[in-house]
Amino acid sequence: MTALQQKTTEVVDPVPGAGAPHLPDQPDLVQLLTPEGERVEHPDYRLDISDEELRGLYRDLALVRRWDAEATALQRQGELGIWASLLGQEAAQVGAGRALAEGDMAFPTYREHGVAWTRGVDPLHVMSLFRGVDQGGWDPVARSFNLYTVVIGAQTLHATGYAMGLQRDGAENAALAFLGDGATSQGEVNEAMIWASTFAAPVVFFCQNNQYAISAPIERQSRVPLFHRAAGFGFPGVRVDGNDVLAVLAVTRAALAAAREGSGPTFIEAFTYRMGAHTTSDDPTRYRLAGELEEWKLRDPIARLKAHLSRTGIAGPEFFTAVDAEGDELAARIRKGTVEMPDPAGTEMFDHVFAEQTPELAQQREEFVAYHASFEGEQ
Amino acid sequence: MAELRQFKLPDVGEGLTEGEILSWLVAVGDTVTVNQPLCEVETAKAAVELPSPFAGTVTELLFDAGTTVDVGAPIITIDVGGGAAPAADAPAAEGTGSGLIGETNANGRTAVLVGYGPRSTEAKRRPRRGQPVEAAAARATAPQVLPEADYGSGGDRPPLLATAPDARVKPVRHGGLEAARAAEAAAARRPADPAASASSDTAGRGALRPLAKPPVRKYAKELGIDLTTVRGTGEGGVITRADVDAALAPPAEPQVGATGDTRIPIKGVRKHTAAAMVASAFTAPHVTEFLTIDMTRTMKLRERLSARPELAGVKVSPLLFVAKALLLAAKRHPMVNSSWDEAAQEIVVHGAVNLGIAAATPRGLIVPNIKDAGRLSLAELAGALSELTETARAGKTQPADMTGGTITITNVGVFGVDTGTPILNPGESAILAFGAVREMPWVHKGKVVPRQVTQLALSFDHRIVDGELGSRFLADVGALLHDPGTALTF
Repeated sequence: MTALQQKTTEVVDPVPGAGAPHLPDQPDLVQLLTPEGERVEHPDYRLDISDEELRGLYRDLALVRRWDAEATALQRQGELGIWASLLGQEAAQVGAGRALAEGDMAFPTYREHGVAWTRGVDPLHVMSLFRGVDQGGWDPVARSFNLYTVVIGAQTLHATGYAMGLQRDGAENAALAFLGDGATSQGEVNEAMIWASTFAAPVVFFCQNNQYAISAPIERQSRVPLFHRAAGFGFPGVRVDGNDVLAVLAVTRAALAAAREGSGPTFIEAFTYRMGAHTTSDDPTRYRLAGELEEWKLRDPIARLKAHLSRTGIAGPEFFTAVDAEGDELAARIRKGTVEMPDPAGTEMFDHVFAEQTPELAQQREEFVAYHASFEGEQ
Repeated sequence: MAELRQFKLPDVGEGLTEGEILSWLVAVGDTVTVNQPLCEVETAKAAVELPSPFAGTVTELLFDAGTTVDVGAPIITIDVGGGAAPAADAPAAEGTGSGLIGETNANGRTAVLVGYGPRSTEAKRRPRRGQPVEAAAARATAPQVLPEADYGSGGDRPPLLATAPDARVKPVRHGGLEAARAAEAAAARRPADPAASASSDTAGRGALRPLAKPPVRKYAKELGIDLTTVRGTGEGGVITRADVDAALAPPAEPQVGATGDTRIPIKGVRKHTAAAMVASAFTAPHVTEFLTIDMTRTMKLRERLSARPELAGVKVSPLLFVAKALLLAAKRHPMVNSSWDEAAQEIVVHGAVNLGIAAATPRGLIVPNIKDAGRLSLAELAGALSELTETARAGKTQPADMTGGTITITNVGVFGVDTGTPILNPGESAILAFGAVREMPWVHKGKVVPRQVTQLALSFDHRIVDGELGSRFLADVGALLHDPGTALTF
């Protein structure tokens, strides 16, 4: 009977390690700032950073979180169609975004608001996309930040293609492809990694493992740590504490430098946690337990940097108060700008489909205008 | 100076048409700030808090908690001018055209693009130029997508997707559920005159391009068929290839008229339940056995035990004794508490009894379970049962509470039903249905007397449980309920 029971446990638990996935020891996790805000060293990743830069990173993190909170509220007030919150992933995004150099190109998913911020994209240009006013209003070339890609994983192919282009142009730049843990199950992502590896393309795959593909936990996506997968494609993989902005910055910088030098791609798994819902249409309480969230709150990316800055005296209360005030100003500007966005003309939807208008679309546009003109009264 | 603003229920998911106000977090007279939570709303997708878009004083809550409200309906009035004002002033604030969110402009459209219905007034749709009134009226009867999406909660406005009189067409557009309701109402109002609807159909078809997929258009073109003469039977009135073929063929006998069937999309808990039931019914060969018992003694014991201090404060229900009897019997027959593992080609005999209780909840049927119920005392079991049912009724059962069950009780008796043939909860080997306890004539000590009688039905997976084992198990449960004293022998 006892033997049978022991056997049972193995039978009913088909996924290895499924019992304790979230906060285990992570011997391979690159960390430069502990959850308690202690600076630690790593043999492979060093980071020389000035006090001014540290304060700048804190400001980035805090302002991005404030923007995200305002956007979530605006959606709940009927001002946005939907919002994909980045709560909890600020350090992964800001760290990766600040690692980019002049001339590097980023390929985001639809959640990379923190990277958009580091590329100087006006938050209102992101808001207009989620309000349905336009398809994203920033200039991808001027900002070196591609438009948001909603199709899961498709941007990894775009990034790889772009990187192969850089290679053929002889440019000393790299592409940074963002993806989530769920995207690693997509065919596109695997294709992109094979091409990138085969041609040693200057591309870095930056995967934010936020533990859930909507409601599907990471245990249902991979039986091995995600960064181990890189080995199968033939390039290095590294797991970094995604809630440690300094470690993310150091690891991403190193990977981009290697790509620019011709050493080929790197896969970075930023181990983090989506503290909010997948999007405002999702209810995470239906598939995860409150205790899990509480554990991750202890590893909050902003709290640990604040603790570090306070403890070392790099920043004092005045600095934090000023950043909070700046955040409220930013939120007010975003709120005002969002609710006042004018409705676009219906004909705009025909204008940006192709670089040059096709006869079919031109005809459809005419029919559309004629149809609306067929009603009495003012348009 | 009072300056009143109304906050309309937004679409907090994608394409939701209504939400239930679970609770108000503010009261009339409260001062609120921008983004302060006003209320909690539950939609088909999630329960969320709605933050205030205004700073000011709450002057009126327009719906009680517990009310289901259409998206676009104002739910709260807030005075943003700093002065208190009676609620009756609220309509005066409408239509001032100040361009603020949620207010209407002079042209009857709100200043927002998303979330609300774009229209909040009784403004009439602009008529088409040079179109006879009859034809315009007839358009509403033909399957068609009307221009200017209208997702709001207005009164007599034409529905977004008007359907043919049979109203069987499944709504397919954003906001479709509400549109479908409006369409059904519109169809009900129209006289059921086939000739009239036929003629209006024709008139209506002339007004719009018929709906068909490109390959079907090409097919019709090749056959020389004018699609405006073809009646679409596909979803949303779309013309299918079969419709084109039918248009070629000689007219068939007229179809029997539709009788107002309602088509409900299969999704959510219903879909999950259906999949689980089908999987169970067609995987595990079910056998069901029945037993009618006199449980008068148990009912008397229940009265006595209810008075005991250790059971004060917990609900001592008949179900509690059935659960206890099942747990005792399962200890004697562990094989009923087992699973069939097809992949491993093994039978898993569970060490603990995780006792599932089928519960009807507002979200549908769920089966939360009490972990390791066999180790609980009667008082602990009673407490666990109450907690489990209350949590389930409140819709707060965690996924973990619904997995790992090993055996289940379904209490059909609460519905006044005698018995049934329960379907196994997938992965389990036995399920016990507990019927209503009734006063029935019963032979007791040689005489026919009224006794408290109930029926038990046990379904089991015949791959694991043979008839003998199932019968012994059911008999043991029955014996324990007939004479609870036999528990001493277990």
